[in-house]
Amino acid sequence: MTRRALRETAIQYAGLTAVLLLLVAVFSSQSENFFQHSTLVSIANQIPDLTFLAVGMTLVLVVGGIDLSVGSLLALSSAVLGYFMVDCEWSLWAALPLCLLTGAVCGLFNGLISVGFRIPSFIVTLGMLEMARGATKVVTDSQTKYIGSAVETFGEPLAGIMLSPAFLLAFCTVLLGQFLLTQTVFGRYCVAIGTNVEAVRMSGIKAAPYSIAVFAISGLMCGLAGLAQTSRLSSADPNAAIGIELSAIAACVIGGTSLMGGRGNVISSFFGVLIIAVLQTGLAQLGVSDANKQIITGGVIVVAVILDALRGRWGKSE
Amino acid sequence: MISPTPLLQARDVTKQYGRVTVLDRCQLDVAAGEVHALLGANGAGKSTFVRILSGLVSPTAAELSLAGNFYAPRTKREAEEAGIQIVQQELNLIPTLSVAENLMLTRLPATGGILNRKALDKQARIALDRFGLEDIPLHVPAGSLGVGRQQMVEIAGALDRECRLLILDEPTAALSAGESEALFQQIEKLKQRGIGIVYISHRLEEISRMADRATVLRDGHYVGTYKVADLTSEDMVRLMSGDETPAHRPDQRKSRSQSAVALRVKNVSCGMVRDVSFEVQAGEKLGIAGLVGAGRTELLRAIFGADRADSGTVQIQDRPARLFSHPAEAVAAGLAMLTEDRKQNGLLLSQSIRANSTLASLWKRFSRAGLLLQGQERKAASEQCERMQTRCTSVEQLVGTLSGGNQQKVAVAKWLIRDADVFLLDEPTRGIDVAARRRIHELIDTLADAGKGILLVSSDVEELLETCDRIAVMSNGQLIKTFTPEEWSRDAIMDAAFAGYMNRRSS
Repeated sequence: MTRRALRETAIQYAGLTAVLLLLVAVFSSQSENFFQHSTLVSIANQIPDLTFLAVGMTLVLVVGGIDLSVGSLLALSSAVLGYFMVDCEWSLWAALPLCLLTGAVCGLFNGLISVGFRIPSFIVTLGMLEMARGATKVVTDSQTKYIGSAVETFGEPLAGIMLSPAFLLAFCTVLLGQFLLTQTVFGRYCVAIGTNVEAVRMSGIKAAPYSIAVFAISGLMCGLAGLAQTSRLSSADPNAAIGIELSAIAACVIGGTSLMGGRGNVISSFFGVLIIAVLQTGLAQLGVSDANKQIITGGVIVVAVILDALRGRWGKSE
Repeated sequence: MISPTPLLQARDVTKQYGRVTVLDRCQLDVAAGEVHALLGANGAGKSTFVRILSGLVSPTAAELSLAGNFYAPRTKREAEEAGIQIVQQELNLIPTLSVAENLMLTRLPATGGILNRKALDKQARIALDRFGLEDIPLHVPAGSLGVGRQQMVEIAGALDRECRLLILDEPTAALSAGESEALFQQIEKLKQRGIGIVYISHRLEEISRMADRATVLRDGHYVGTYKVADLTSEDMVRLMSGDETPAHRPDQRKSRSQSAVALRVKNVSCGMVRDVSFEVQAGEKLGIAGLVGAGRTELLRAIFGADRADSGTVQIQDRPARLFSHPAEAVAAGLAMLTEDRKQNGLLLSQSIRANSTLASLWKRFSRAGLLLQGQERKAASEQCERMQTRCTSVEQLVGTLSGGNQQKVAVAKWLIRDADVFLLDEPTRGIDVAARRRIHELIDTLADAGKGILLVSSDVEELLETCDRIAVMSNGQLIKTFTPEEWSRDAIMDAAFAGYMNRRSS
């Protein structure tokens, strides 16, 4: 990277870093227990599922779509993992491909339907949200499947670095996602499609395969998130991750990804995930009730969007 | 019928956009009970003129009076309150609302915010019936009516408001022969009620039939006001085009008798475009002239695969003749198309000059194994900026922040970087300043010299006369005639451009 690029990168993430540090400072001053190794480790090991989803969601938002089915696809992937490991007594390595495939295929279906029939992805993925949740209950017979130690190692902190393989994989996925978005033809097309799909078409580019692929990637991320959550809970819960799609969207938006398409940044979305996680953990430690936690988290999201809108307006007047 | 004091008097109407003057001291008198035609070729300033009268555009300078009173509308609403109603070319109904709701939209009868449906229906019915539209239902969505009937509903709505002067901008463009006939009868009635009418149409036989007087504009200048009874269609065309001697390009055109065919279009039909065939030689610049709505953009889009053609074939060089079903196929076969509306479908306004310049060539030139070569992108984009003298801070500047002319240069750069055998250029110099225009003309010459085939659509006949080797004229969806420099003149081209509208429409 050139020096100029480095400086631009620093400026880009300065705001989000400041918000994050501010939150950490506030919670540390209010609660003795917050700024401790164990708290930070616990945050790090809680966030892989949301991180995976935010990576996929960022790409989907960039092409101008939205994926509401991620929570259900996470649960369905997890249920598939549970079914094969418990009912069929497969090993993790045998069941894992099916878990990931479940997410990817459902995501592919989202993409094919919404692009092929030109239906807004909001509606298609809303339908998928219901279907996949129902399928989850069919697969698990509406029972939580306890898997146990066979799946736990993926979520447990490694000795020495105190971070779990799940976190490390999620972090690598963030970097990979950012690389995909900024350094490849695929990513450039995604941004272009989200900016003006008609201009892309008139430039002699078939947009459909790229848009469809983005939904499939989002589905694959659901599979990985399903694995992360299953290992954290030691079990596949058919009622897991209800409403997590809104947290994933919120993380992207806090990071400055536009809901109108054409603008997004995977690393910024990761900052969004961190901000949400720090907020949740910090508020919990302060003994704030669940109800108030919700109010505050919601408020932070709205403020983030306002700041982003103002930034956009200033950017235009330059 | 025509009263001595004019209903509307407009003097010294001038409109400038930046340094470009689109109307220069134009004038218009309309008497009560008169149909006054406003005539002019594309870009003569007719639409701008009537938009000033109806408060949609504010003039740089103007002296307007309405029935002897000072009149200076700042908004459409003020114009409407003064009694000037305009029905524009494009439809302004809200397609999902009912016909009745559309008719009364600005004055929905309501008590305490609650819609009074009975009063709404009653008033809407009166408005329609008065205009002879008893058969149009009130409660269907406006969008479910045919385009022609929607136009009639709009006119009825305009007349239902306080109306002393009615402006109709190309009202029959979307109407069938029967619907036009009904409109003419209504116009006759309005005349008798003493309403003044400003009428804009490309269809000269309508002018001859309906209008009492005609005011002619040319290139934003006032030419004169004439009694229509004294004018033939040929006279009108001559007045609009000017009596200048045929324009000739200063330089001598190279003879290209030996050269190969770059583009061969055979019997292409697509929507309103009917059975168009022509050839462009390698190194040749073929112009396409015609009025707005003659089907030129539609033809280009059909060739490029942007719209699916109904029939015909397109052949590039000696490759197999076919039809393209997606622009991607056309680009792969060696076509490039500069779109007419660069903001709508040409550029990514919120992205950088670099990303826009390389968009069509990412796989071809700026990537290895799917990874972007951003250094190369930057280099190629800078080269194009330098070559075209694009005014920008760097190639990372967002295209939306550039001026129109510089935006167009980026749109051109995209295709120069991609390279092609045949370039379809739709209004490449519209709305850009003189320097940028000259730059783009030079580029077109360079491309032709390199053996590319050029298809140039322009509403500016002068531009075509200056740049092209041959000029084809389209009218009402058909290719009427192709002119060589020996044959062409502004008059002949204008005659051909109106040819498709002279006879009774077949529709």
